[in-house]
Amino acid sequence: MSLKAFHLIFVTLLTTLSFGCAAWAFQSGSVFWGVAAIAAGIFVIVYGIYFLKKLKKISYL
Amino acid sequence: MDIPYTVESRPDTGLYNAKLGIWLFLASEVMLFGGLFSAYVLLRVGAAPGMWPHGWLNVTLGTINTLLLALSAITTLLAWAACKVRDFTKFRIFHACTILLALSFLTIKSFEYHDKLIHYEIVLNNGTFADGHLVEKSADFDLAKKTGTITLHGRIVDDEKELMDLRTPEARAAKLGEVTVAAADIVKMGNYGPRHNTFTAIYFTMTGLHALHILGGTIVIFYMWAFGGAMWKTDPERFTNRIEVSGLFWHFVDLVWIFLFPVLYLT
Repeated sequence: MSLKAFHLIFVTLLTTLSFGCAAWAFQSGSVFWGVAAIAAGIFVIVYGIYFLKKLKKISYL
Repeated sequence: MDIPYTVESRPDTGLYNAKLGIWLFLASEVMLFGGLFSAYVLLRVGAAPGMWPHGWLNVTLGTINTLLLALSAITTLLAWAACKVRDFTKFRIFHACTILLALSFLTIKSFEYHDKLIHYEIVLNNGTFADGHLVEKSADFDLAKKTGTITLHGRIVDDEKELMDLRTPEARAAKLGEVTVAAADIVKMGNYGPRHNTFTAIYFTMTGLHALHILGGTIVIFYMWAFGGAMWKTDPERFTNRIEVSGLFWHFVDLVWIFLFPVLYLT
């Protein structure tokens, strides 16, 4: 597995963490941090798509 | 004598030597951290009711550290991509960022450790508990001789369980102030270091081991950043592979933090 593939796994887990943090923040009654975590999650998804397009030519192996 | 497969992949594994080596190493690391996460789960489910701490760690600092490591994963990838397109200047810029981000992470972590090491819980001889951050010890303070006083910024509680969950409305509403205790009134005193309870023990073990990995990775990345120019001139493909391998290690360390942060800070 190349660094590109591992980075993709990292981005996926980071997205999961962001939305998990959002759920935790809403449950704790902190709307601001919940919204911030959702925004961070969306940002990470957008970054992931950009990253995939940018490194299209590099192998996953 | 030339060592084979330092650059090109072995036909049977599809990997060059260093990549095979780092994945074998990372497999052993998964077992190491997996064992510690298992220990955490067992300690937590085995804790007496109401005696597992909540809200003891600073979520804001943990979040900042998560962001720093996420950014460092990106700069690591960009450094490797810069090597792929043969741009050594960009490689150095991106890895300088990685090093700075890693050092920032370690600095914040050391602040968190310091905060725990100056936080004391004192059992008093009337059965109550004084808890708070150390303000000062009198010059003649000696716990063995029972002389002098110690001053904390915190509070006194009747039951130790009140100190466990700091997210309850009562704990949030608690008024903190300076508490001075005479050594003669102290039955037992200790800071929130690894010996304090099973939570601090597993917290210091897991985050300490993780911080050592960050430090080790930073040293390797710094070495290639500072002294990699020679290999870059003679064998750029092999150097690029080394950057990829160090990047794989760095991503693994970042992944461990992605599990550590919610487990220790949010639950």
